[in-house]
Amino acid sequence: MESLDATNITIEQEVKKEAKHISDPHQHKDAIGAKIGMWLFLFTELLLFGGLFLLYMAYRLQYTKDFIIAGQELNLILGTVNTIILLTSSLTMALSIAAIQRGKKSLSIFYLISTIGFALAFLVIKYFEWTAKFHHGIYPNAPELLSKPNGEIIFYAMYYSMTGLHALHVVIGAIILLFMLVFLIRNKITKGDYIKLENSGLYWHLVDLIWIFLFPLFYLIH
Amino acid sequence: MEKEHNTHLIPYGTYVLVWISLVSLTVLTVTMAGVDFGRIALFLALLIAAVKSTLVINYFMHIKFDDAIFRVFLFVALATLASIFILTSTDIFFR
Amino acid sequence: MGSATLIEKAENYLEYKAHKGIFAWLLSTDHKRIGLLYLIAMISFLWVGITLGFIMKLEMLTPDKTIVDAQTYNALFTLHGVIMIFLFIIPGIPAIFGNFFLPIQIGARDVAFPRLNLFSWYLYITGGLFAIASLFLQGGPIDTGWTFYVPYSIRTTTNVILPLLGAFILGFSSILTGLNFITTVHRLRAPGMTFFRLPLFVWALYATAWIQVVATPVVGITILLVVIERVLHIGIFDPALGGDPLLFQHLFWIYSHPAVYIMILPAMGVVSEIIPTFARRTIFGYKVIAFSSLAIALIGYFVWAHHMFTSGMSDTARMVFSLLTFLVAVPSGVKVFNWVATLYKGSIELRAPLIYVMMFIFLFSIGGLTGLVLGSLATDIHVTDTYFVVAHFHYVMFGGTAIILFAALHYWFPKMFGKMYNEKLAIAATPFIFVGFNLLYFTMFILGYLGMPRRYWSYLPEYQTLHIISTVGSWVLILGLIIMFANLIYALFKGKPAEANPWGGVTLEWTIPSPPPHENFDKIPNVTNGPYDFSHINETKDGKS
Repeated sequence: MESLDATNITIEQEVKKEAKHISDPHQHKDAIGAKIGMWLFLFTELLLFGGLFLLYMAYRLQYTKDFIIAGQELNLILGTVNTIILLTSSLTMALSIAAIQRGKKSLSIFYLISTIGFALAFLVIKYFEWTAKFHHGIYPNAPELLSKPNGEIIFYAMYYSMTGLHALHVVIGAIILLFMLVFLIRNKITKGDYIKLENSGLYWHLVDLIWIFLFPLFYLIH
Repeated sequence: MEKEHNTHLIPYGTYVLVWISLVSLTVLTVTMAGVDFGRIALFLALLIAAVKSTLVINYFMHIKFDDAIFRVFLFVALATLASIFILTSTDIFFR
Repeated sequence: MGSATLIEKAENYLEYKAHKGIFAWLLSTDHKRIGLLYLIAMISFLWVGITLGFIMKLEMLTPDKTIVDAQTYNALFTLHGVIMIFLFIIPGIPAIFGNFFLPIQIGARDVAFPRLNLFSWYLYITGGLFAIASLFLQGGPIDTGWTFYVPYSIRTTTNVILPLLGAFILGFSSILTGLNFITTVHRLRAPGMTFFRLPLFVWALYATAWIQVVATPVVGITILLVVIERVLHIGIFDPALGGDPLLFQHLFWIYSHPAVYIMILPAMGVVSEIIPTFARRTIFGYKVIAFSSLAIALIGYFVWAHHMFTSGMSDTARMVFSLLTFLVAVPSGVKVFNWVATLYKGSIELRAPLIYVMMFIFLFSIGGLTGLVLGSLATDIHVTDTYFVVAHFHYVMFGGTAIILFAALHYWFPKMFGKMYNEKLAIAATPFIFVGFNLLYFTMFILGYLGMPRRYWSYLPEYQTLHIISTVGSWVLILGLIIMFANLIYALFKGKPAEANPWGGVTLEWTIPSPPPHENFDKIPNVTNGPYDFSHINETKDGKS
């Protein structure tokens, strides 16, 4: 156990809880603890989507034919492009962390900005995809949609709720990454202390992971 | 527990390789959607998705290089998710 | 500032003020103060719930209208359920006593994320206000029952969305508390505090925290979907559009059954603390109890559909879930046997907390055993959705968790407030609580067996005698609770100063002053032995410490 000096901590913050970690035998600023907390939070996200995936499984079993018919109405090209955009954003996210680990601040900033850019691109494409559907009268409770068989109504219910919740996560992720960008610029995230960026990265990769499963389940049905 | 936090540096090149694999797998799964695999099509698509997510979790999310405790945690979460699916299946597949 | 507080070590947490006035509480990230904030909020909600239950029982005095009409009665049982379950029983012991004692028992100065901890409290209060607010808004209070079953909950014109969002926010609060506790146990144990030296209360909280983290999100998404269904008519749970209400029930119980274990596991942990202290003996089968907590958490996750035996799900599922349900009785039984074995040949001191624990063992056993009646398919069909179920879960939740919450309050009160209550009066309240409880709820077993359905506003005249006995029981019970709380509140202001270790306990919280100093420990302790080592107290053995 390393002995910890009080001066190191008092400069950190005046919040009294920070002082509490002085005699904590494990570490001064507990990066592993923060990461454990983040992973646990990711599990809650996983289970949140898990409920939706469970519904999807049940309804796909019940309405297999309707799901195939409705699934072919989705735009496979836009879906594929968005998949690649999100995968690439995950790459730039990982590279941003790799750069700050090596102390390369401007490179890290560049990759982080790219990640945010890809997030926005994803949302723009999603927007066009949804509005196109809306124009065809396919949105919840629309007369056009209600005239279709129950299975197709349920397909679109799952489609809108799952991709909608995912898009919400992309928005939240982009906002978090914007904050990280500010922290990076203001040297709140450095080579020595980059756990904030790392945890945001974990969140961003989770958003990617969810999409990896959403994509075949909605766009590749036939 | 005393280990210094995440000292393992992964080369940029590894990340790029992982990304190339991910994109290739995406292209593969889209191509396969054009071929009629019948009943196993869904299974194959999900298998590819599982491979892709393993890559993301291991490399992008570093779990391969982190403390074992993270893998144990992840196992608990995934096992929970799996049990929910299996137990619900006893209802919806046998109704 | 940080170093200054370390020097003034004598200052206890009730006197230490980082902010002025009320903000010393509302902005405090001290886990002990947050525990007390929860205590105040929860006891308030508890009395709202008790009042609603009291009115319900009054209404049941006569077969038809006594004091409220049918629609009001629907709102009463819904809000009674929502408040008691989401605002009191589920968060109860972890949020109050877990917050206060988990860091102390593992030799830490605070939880891993103190500010997140305070945030959880604010979420809790917000969620609680959402639930209560539906009482006063247009449309009238929610009348779906606390289970929010679709399709009724998407059709009724009452105010459903607000309490649903309230439950969602409360779930978030619960998740953050669980996440905090897991990280704390992993990262902030004192040197030498290995996993198998953790007090059993900590083990129980740890197992509970995992359920909170992996079960709560499922109900979160379910609730959101019901809200979306009401607002956008999306169709997922609407049978008219092809949705399947049974899937709602699955998702709802995937959380809400493990939630039963979120309620009871911490209570079992408290029992495992109190019994060794008053038997002056190390706990019998420490590791078995620790692992049985994990086993309950695990198996408890796999039994949810036993709430749906008569819902129309598949026969396969009914048999699988019935079998799994019986399995969960095994680790629960292990615990009860180990507690009794600990008492056996111990030098038992019959103090107030132990008397509450005795009451718990008796009532909880009845609750557990009647659970077997409900867990087997054939008998369940006869008694499901009757007063039998109502009696069963009140024996488990009230007789189990709430009674232990009272036991914990009596056990740790001197430590938390540095004041001692009148123990004779605390003991005097127990016969009222015990007799009132059994009059109130045991009659419900009989009523249910005879066919009285739950949630009915009116009933056939032949049930009236039993209903009257039950209602009288509610008065006796409430009288007992008033005596108990009045005694504690009196002690809060006028009680004699408490010693650091009034009961002769050996876990870490008894090694520090009462009330604890702001920083818990002057110096983080170095732990060298297991949690229930009474060898230095029982001088017959060679003491290690």
